[in-house]
Amino acid sequence: MSTAQAEPRALSTTNALLAEKITVRFGGLVAVRDVDFSIPEGGIVSLIGPNGAGKTTFFNVLTGLYKPSSGHVLLGDEDITGQPPHSIAARGMGRTFQNIRLFGLMTASENVMVAMHSHLKSGLFGTIIKGPKQRREERESRDMAHELLEFVGITGKDDEYAKNMSYGDQRRLEVARALALRPKVLLLDEPTAGMNPQESARFVDFVHRVRDERGVSILLIEHDMSVVMKVSERVTVLDRGEKIAEGSPAEIKANTRVIEAYLGKTGTEGSAR
Amino acid sequence: MATPTIDASPSTPSSHVADHTNRRWAIGWIIAAISLWAFYKFALDSLPTQVQDLVKQWLPLTAVNEAIVWVICAVGLNIVVGYAGLLDLGFVAFWAIGGYCAGWFMSNFFYQVNIHFLSAANPDAAGIHINWWLVLIMAGSICAFFGILIGAPTLRLKSDYLAIVTLGFGEIIPQIFTNGEDINGFNLSNGTKGITPLDPISVVPGSAALGPFDLGTKFLLFSLVVAFAVFVSLRIREGRLGRAWLAIREDELAASMMGVPLMRSKLYAYAVGAFMGGLGGVVFAVHVNGVFADRFNFSISIILLAMVVLGGMGNVWGVMIGAISLAWINSTFMPELGETINDQFGTEINFPSYNYLIFGSILVLMMLFRREGLFPETRNRQILHEQERTEVEDLHADLEGSAS
Repeated sequence: MSTAQAEPRALSTTNALLAEKITVRFGGLVAVRDVDFSIPEGGIVSLIGPNGAGKTTFFNVLTGLYKPSSGHVLLGDEDITGQPPHSIAARGMGRTFQNIRLFGLMTASENVMVAMHSHLKSGLFGTIIKGPKQRREERESRDMAHELLEFVGITGKDDEYAKNMSYGDQRRLEVARALALRPKVLLLDEPTAGMNPQESARFVDFVHRVRDERGVSILLIEHDMSVVMKVSERVTVLDRGEKIAEGSPAEIKANTRVIEAYLGKTGTEGSAR
Repeated sequence: MATPTIDASPSTPSSHVADHTNRRWAIGWIIAAISLWAFYKFALDSLPTQVQDLVKQWLPLTAVNEAIVWVICAVGLNIVVGYAGLLDLGFVAFWAIGGYCAGWFMSNFFYQVNIHFLSAANPDAAGIHINWWLVLIMAGSICAFFGILIGAPTLRLKSDYLAIVTLGFGEIIPQIFTNGEDINGFNLSNGTKGITPLDPISVVPGSAALGPFDLGTKFLLFSLVVAFAVFVSLRIREGRLGRAWLAIREDELAASMMGVPLMRSKLYAYAVGAFMGGLGGVVFAVHVNGVFADRFNFSISIILLAMVVLGGMGNVWGVMIGAISLAWINSTFMPELGETINDQFGTEINFPSYNYLIFGSILVLMMLFRREGLFPETRNRQILHEQERTEVEDLHADLEGSAS
């Protein structure tokens, strides 16, 4: 397990995700302008910025909720620009939600199994007939769900409704569900929202563990600067839809534009938004 | 991702519990159906005449058979409304299409041609005569096709708008049949006169045709169709597609972000639901020995919805009970009650005309006091009735969780 401080390891030169010249316009408003962005293979990077900087819009472009007005997004070698969300997800883009969006009336393991949808093969008639192949597939996916739940630290609650789980477990369940997609890239949208400082600190270790053991590249949107600085290997800063800085946490801390735009002004990042 | 080890095999108890409950219910239904049949076949005639009259008045076999039609359609609607959470106010359209399939393929309506296939009809008769089991499959498939046809352009709509479109669809299809006497010279539906009579049905191809009064055997055959519909519902529910439907019902956006193709999954729900609507249509046509355009009105869609809501959205067994009880109130209880009371007091109240008052009240009362239905699916009971956890309780649970 890695230490809390990100070790200065060299970032891979191949990109798990590459977004080039992304621009999003809503009518006359330019929410994101000409943003270049990449997530190196096996890297942990963060996207920060003050409120209204365009972080969420940019996130929605990556997951396919919005089509960019111009620019394109590559996941691995595949161009996913303008693809519907479900096919982007199936190609290896997992995400969690800022305000938890689990399937409340489904059990924890069912929640995870939903995300295996694109990997499972049984069709309508196979499900009805339920031959040995379907039975095996169901059993395997159930076991895999169990394994994922254990990985994120939820034990013995496979059959509990997501609705009834504690807040912390729900956050973990979201990660397990996203991992069931077997993602190349995992997007975490404000994962420490609502966590206390100890939990946030533990979360940093958890992110490293996910990266190391599951081999995914991770993008965080985060307001808690202590988490961002500890966990990230590279930080990108957006302000008013434009990228104003990119670099290691230390560089970002020292960047005057960032301080002007963001850190210096509010000073209460933790509670922002 | 590591391959799951075999010795871990934590196959969850929940699926076993669900299997168990389902098995219990299924056995219960089979016993109930067979004993009802046996009662009519063997026991009824040996009872005192007064009891016989009472049974024939309050639970005639024809009402039972009609209730079965409702059950089939309600189970189909449950897939669309209960599983996938798509409000459908025009389910009568599939019932009508199914009925007309029976009319077309099981009568001398298309007298220009002469097609016979394993039918119990007179082999010299003109028209299309196909074995009714095959007609069931054909009608189901045609309805599934129409389900996809109506679903493809409309399922992108959000819930309320979708409901309005289905409402329109449920109005259009019966109108087409009502006015389908002369479509550019082609007689599609024989207009308001309807198509009647239909071919007699037989248990298996080649066996003796069932006469119009052999209601008991028909009851058993219809029950088989119900069994098929229930079996399919339960199987799909536990599989990949059922999970996708539930996920869509719970949170559409999150489902799509987890790789569930929304359109395709919803279309499947429509197609499977419509298939069962088609089965119901054929069974109804066989039951009344004809199809009549004026029978397919909007109220059928609403009654079906009331059945699903009353029984408990998503729970097949509850929906069956809801369907049987409302169908019985509709077909037997209200008319007979009216007759009894009118005889007694010399009044002339038209009781059946108050049916919709009752169904409407049931919908309102259910929504006010028991939203999850009489027999909720276990998962619905939780959200619809229990208090949401308060923040303090949440905090408590979190603390406990982190302490352990």
